[in-house]
Amino acid sequence: MNTGLRLHLDQVSHAWGSLRVLESISLTARPGEVMVLIGPSGCGKSTLLNIMGGMLKPSSGTIRAEGAIADDCLNPMTYVFQDFALLPWRCVRDNVALVLENRLSKPARADRVREVLELTGLSDFAGALPKELSGGMRQRVGIARALAVRPACLLMDEPLSALDAQTRDLLLEEFVTLIGRANTTTIYVTHNLAEAARLGQQIVVLSRRPGRVREIFHVERPLTGRSADDPDLLALERTLWRIIRDDAAVAERERIDAVV
Amino acid sequence: MRLFNGPIAFRGGGFAPRDRWLAGAATLLVILTGWQLGVWAGAISTLFLSSPVSIAETLWQLTLSGALWKHLSASLSRLLIGWIAGTIFGVATGIAAGLWSVMRSPVMAVVAALFPIPKIALVPLFIIWFGIGEGSKIITIALGVFFPTVVATMGGVDNVPRNLIRMGQSFGLSTGTIIRAIILPGAAPAILSGFRVTASLAIVLLVAAEMIGADAGIGAFVLSAGNLYDTDALLAGIVVLSLLGLAVAGLIGALERILLRWR
Repeated sequence: MNTGLRLHLDQVSHAWGSLRVLESISLTARPGEVMVLIGPSGCGKSTLLNIMGGMLKPSSGTIRAEGAIADDCLNPMTYVFQDFALLPWRCVRDNVALVLENRLSKPARADRVREVLELTGLSDFAGALPKELSGGMRQRVGIARALAVRPACLLMDEPLSALDAQTRDLLLEEFVTLIGRANTTTIYVTHNLAEAARLGQQIVVLSRRPGRVREIFHVERPLTGRSADDPDLLALERTLWRIIRDDAAVAERERIDAVV
Repeated sequence: MRLFNGPIAFRGGGFAPRDRWLAGAATLLVILTGWQLGVWAGAISTLFLSSPVSIAETLWQLTLSGALWKHLSASLSRLLIGWIAGTIFGVATGIAAGLWSVMRSPVMAVVAALFPIPKIALVPLFIIWFGIGEGSKIITIALGVFFPTVVATMGGVDNVPRNLIRMGQSFGLSTGTIIRAIILPGAAPAILSGFRVTASLAIVLLVAAEMIGADAGIGAFVLSAGNLYDTDALLAGIVVLSLLGLAVAGLIGALERILLRWR
């Protein structure tokens, strides 16, 4: 069984040409912890996630992962995408099975797919095409696909931002249960402060571009004991907003200037 | 200022044409009937244009005598072999050029230099290289099919959403699995559109190649009928080519319905 990975980032910086995006990021995500990355638009949250997942080489700095990985883990660092990234020509079952192809025998694959579809409440929609599903259901498929490879670290890139507010709240509740059950380290990128307070055990606030670590909050309360109207979490949400408000306003003005 | 008092008139609708096969069939029927009446009335000389009824009779006789099958089977085998060969090499080259920089520039250069050459102009050269037999005809068709297939496939690969490829990479899928499960199905709409073009082109090249050097085949049959002023047989051959084109278009349409039903 996975115990989650410990991730160390040491002095990670990144630039797109002459544009500096991230500067000297040093962080540690503890095994089994949910680390939330927040910050104003364009601060490099998704870039940092891609560096952590090995999808992008940083301009400088190192990133290391440590920990025990279960024998049945097929992809230690696994993404959940904002736009779901489902193959429109494959049904739900086959979208999930894709990531198990050439890795598990056919019966084992079918068992694994059945298990994760049951876990995510998708059993009745196994034969449906993505176009036949709502946004929330599509993201459930994205989660099921991620869980199917038994990840040691989940990398979630604004997984709820493409969804409406009601679906977002419902799915957030499910994330809490699923993340707890999957026993993984989770890196969760969001611009939604309520999500950050609800899910984060370590909340990293990045400054506007070039993104630097501005502040780190540790929330020791267990995920399952948190509720949306918890006064402590609401207070944390307000604190987070106070910290990033000025940066967000400047970042927005810079975006408008760039367009004009 | 004007006061408004009344129902809101409907202004939407339209601009969404639907396929009405009955209207298409009726149009063809009207043309054929007008043509036949023109011949019966003496307005159209049968020396230059046979009547639809005579063409149908000639077709029937050709079928009974076995001549139609002899020519059609020769043409079909050349068409199939040439088209399949051109398509396989074209799709493989298009995918390679769409995926790897090392292939892209060389393929683009060759396509830009050779695509515009009318392939039929190369038939005499192919006859010198491969002889007057089947080789030169099949190569002509395959080459004519190859270039448009490369262009269509490369465009299709370029249009596969990059987020799906990144998803495959992020799950550690092998390059082979990414090509088979993500890139090929994603490029399928463009590849199948390319099939429509290449299938018609293959028929054109088939007939032209058969007219240059063949004893059997619909192109050779049409040419020999023209030399004999046998317009019944000549037009019967053209009808067969038209039906062949329709059958091929129907097959590709069916393939699209099966492979692209997710759209």
